[in-house]
Amino acid sequence: MYEAASKLLNSLRRVIAEPLGAVGLILVIGMIAAAIFADLLAVHDPTSISPRDRFMEPSVAHLLGTDQLGRDLFSRVLHGGQIALTVALISIAVSLIIGVVLGLIAGYGPSWLDNSMILLFDAIKSYPTVMLALALVTLFGPSLTAVMIVVVLVNVPGYARIIRTQTLALKSSQFVASAQSIGASTARVLRVHILPNSIGPLLILASMDIPVVIAIEAGMSFLGLGVRPPTPSWGSILNDGFTAIRDTPWIAIAGGVPIILTTLGFTFLGETLRDIFDPRLKTQA
Amino acid sequence: MNVLEIRHLSVSFAAEGGSLQALKDVSIDVPEHCIVGVVGESGCGKSTLINSILRLLPDNGSIDAGSIHFEEQDLTQAGRPKMQDIRGQRISTVFQDPMDALNPVLSIADQMLHIQYRSGLGRKEKNARSLDMLRRVRIPDPESALKRYPHEFSGGMKQRIAIAMAMMMEPALLIADEPTTALDATLEVAIIKLMKDLQSHIGCSMLFISHHLGLIAELCDQVVVMYAGEVLERGTARQIFHNPWHPYTERLLDCDPGSQSSRMRHLPTIPGEIPDLKKRQEGCIFRSRCQFCEDICHAMPDEIQSNGHHVRCHRRSP
Amino acid sequence: MLIYSLKRLALAVLIVSAAMFLLFTMIYLIPGDPASVALGPRATDAMREALLIKMGLDQPVWIQFWNFFTNAWQGNLGNEILSNRPVADVVMEQLPWTLALIAGGMVWSIALGIPLGCWTAVKRGGLADRAIGVLSIAVIAVPSFVVAIYALLIFAVSLRWLPAIGAGDPGNLGDQLLHLVLPSLAVGLGWVGYIARMVRASMLEVLEAPHIRTARAFGLTDRQITYRYALSIAILPTVTLLGVGIGQMLSSAVFAEIVFARPGVGKLVYDAILTRNYPLVSGAVLVTTALFIAINLIADLVVGYLDPRVRSRL
Repeated sequence: MYEAASKLLNSLRRVIAEPLGAVGLILVIGMIAAAIFADLLAVHDPTSISPRDRFMEPSVAHLLGTDQLGRDLFSRVLHGGQIALTVALISIAVSLIIGVVLGLIAGYGPSWLDNSMILLFDAIKSYPTVMLALALVTLFGPSLTAVMIVVVLVNVPGYARIIRTQTLALKSSQFVASAQSIGASTARVLRVHILPNSIGPLLILASMDIPVVIAIEAGMSFLGLGVRPPTPSWGSILNDGFTAIRDTPWIAIAGGVPIILTTLGFTFLGETLRDIFDPRLKTQA
Repeated sequence: MNVLEIRHLSVSFAAEGGSLQALKDVSIDVPEHCIVGVVGESGCGKSTLINSILRLLPDNGSIDAGSIHFEEQDLTQAGRPKMQDIRGQRISTVFQDPMDALNPVLSIADQMLHIQYRSGLGRKEKNARSLDMLRRVRIPDPESALKRYPHEFSGGMKQRIAIAMAMMMEPALLIADEPTTALDATLEVAIIKLMKDLQSHIGCSMLFISHHLGLIAELCDQVVVMYAGEVLERGTARQIFHNPWHPYTERLLDCDPGSQSSRMRHLPTIPGEIPDLKKRQEGCIFRSRCQFCEDICHAMPDEIQSNGHHVRCHRRSP
Repeated sequence: MLIYSLKRLALAVLIVSAAMFLLFTMIYLIPGDPASVALGPRATDAMREALLIKMGLDQPVWIQFWNFFTNAWQGNLGNEILSNRPVADVVMEQLPWTLALIAGGMVWSIALGIPLGCWTAVKRGGLADRAIGVLSIAVIAVPSFVVAIYALLIFAVSLRWLPAIGAGDPGNLGDQLLHLVLPSLAVGLGWVGYIARMVRASMLEVLEAPHIRTARAFGLTDRQITYRYALSIAILPTVTLLGVGIGQMLSSAVFAEIVFARPGVGKLVYDAILTRNYPLVSGAVLVTTALFIAINLIADLVVGYLDPRVRSRL
């Protein structure tokens, strides 16, 4: 326990030593804190409509102003952060689980299965992401679930490939064969031999996917195909702002700046982590 | 009359844990129309020597002291444009490994054309000249060879092309950096003969770097023996091979497989390793491996000279 | 070269088929049939029945897939629901607009990315290198629709330098190009970063190669070495990357077309979703996917052609 903590602390120190990593970490921590304490920080209800207060410029009462329905943009941005973070965490966790399972199946299974799975992964990768998202959303109807399904679908191939490669490498190496010959279960082989070797690249890849997922959620919500109104999302705020961009630019700024800061924060952090822990990945990205 | 005169050259590299002195107090003469051989084990500073002459040292390398006189100027003081002017025109180089020495995505014709950018010739004349050079290095079917790419040639052919490119501007000095090491032994003789022919035809001097004593003996007029970044002995080929003064040269000649008159079970070797260049010891650099090491060897020996035969060894001191 | 090209072509056909299969499966597995989606909640059973038969959805699943598959390869993507025109025709009408937008994005990313990559590679470690490095990461990270909206806000609404919406007067090429500037910037900006980084990385690798040392020893100028001897090799991985880039630009184009109210496939699909015109959506997805795969194929073949080592080996 102590060892793990000191290891974490050491990694943290290396991240902060890089200017890019430090900036990224500050942005990410700020974003997470804002999302967690959204209810404390936001004095206004993010969904309460107040026609009297429509299109108010930023002021002390409304730090970021109000939108076309008189809703407080500061509250909406904070709660939008909750949505973005929730979507990112859930969908990446689900993608990781599915990716690991499929990667193992592809790696362990017969070669015809492996080949057809690779083909399928290539097929998924060959859809332009937004086009795929649009197609799925039409079928499912606009919802956050639909957005998350899209994310899972586009992320799984990448994770599965890492596990598959690792599995194939291990399958041909001596020590897994010997572990299996003495009756080690698949779960044990996975836990002891495969995950420790692939967890690093997997987590770095996943951390670099967070900003992408946040962008997909915001993008779909911007098109009105993500969260349902009146739930706040950065994308839907941006859409409100886009509609009124000529007269009330602060709405678009309230919706867009958090997206920029968050994606920058996670990307800077992810880049730094990758450079520190797995420089090999650089060429693949 | 010397084409190249290196005097007291010292070169060091900034490395982790202090600087590394790759060349120390190196003096070499290359007389006109002469072939000077530089011989030494790997790591003796041969490539640093070439890079210093061409001023192509990596960013962490620097010339700390000494001079490199070439055609009435000191190359250590020459600016970038001046050096660029000299390279390829006055001093040309043939490198060790022909496999990667030529650009893989440009045709032979293009590469030979580019080297002549300073010649003031028209495109047609340049091409004719390229063709002529390929013919001179005996490339079969030179017309079609021009249109081809480096990977389409064998190692020996590539080295011939590299030699053609190096000789194209008729330089005053040709540096050959182990030009046959990467090739089959059967090709070696032909390549060496080719270089010697071209050298005498053009009338240039040559600095020939090799660890192959047999080649050096056959080809060179003068020989420089280098060890751990220092010149231990230099003189005419006859002096070095028939009357070596330095214990290191003697051992080197003993170890040469070509010099073994009777069949031996083991090739003789020099025990020990090249000293750490980051922590140069005081005194004679060969001390730690020398069978004649005495107390006096802890002091730096002076260079002794007689009839153009130079040596740095206390055993030769008067 | 021919065998290699045929192999790559076969693989591309296989991937397109797999993508079709996947799309079909997704449509099939999703609860609710396209007919109900198209007709909306107020449709009667009889109407639904009629549309199902018309769309061939009353047949067994494998026959449905076979029909879908063979028709699609023949360029028949079915008819759209509103006007009953062939989907392929409708998509093809809009495709040139989207391609122009992507071409614009490519121009931005190549014209800025390659020189920046070269320059930072030559000046590596300097302040400009570091600054451009961070900037590259930043433009890659920020989603293109945010770039689109802010470009619109800054250059069209606030500064009024460039037109905000539409594709320009039909027939007036200058006006159309002017209308293309901002949307194509939004589409291409992220790829400026990608290409700059890629070119920088491969330039650094190539500049270390022995043949570059030879070129220097032959006295070639820095210009010749950087642009002719190093870049001609360093560019090769970038060409492959551009193939992938076009796929992502297709995604960005959807947003750019909506934000700047331009015609194009993205706008078409978006409008089709709002009117639940399902055949149009799936048809457009297939066309863009096939396009993307074709472009990647072309990129691979171009690399093969540009690199004499690959060209002769194949």
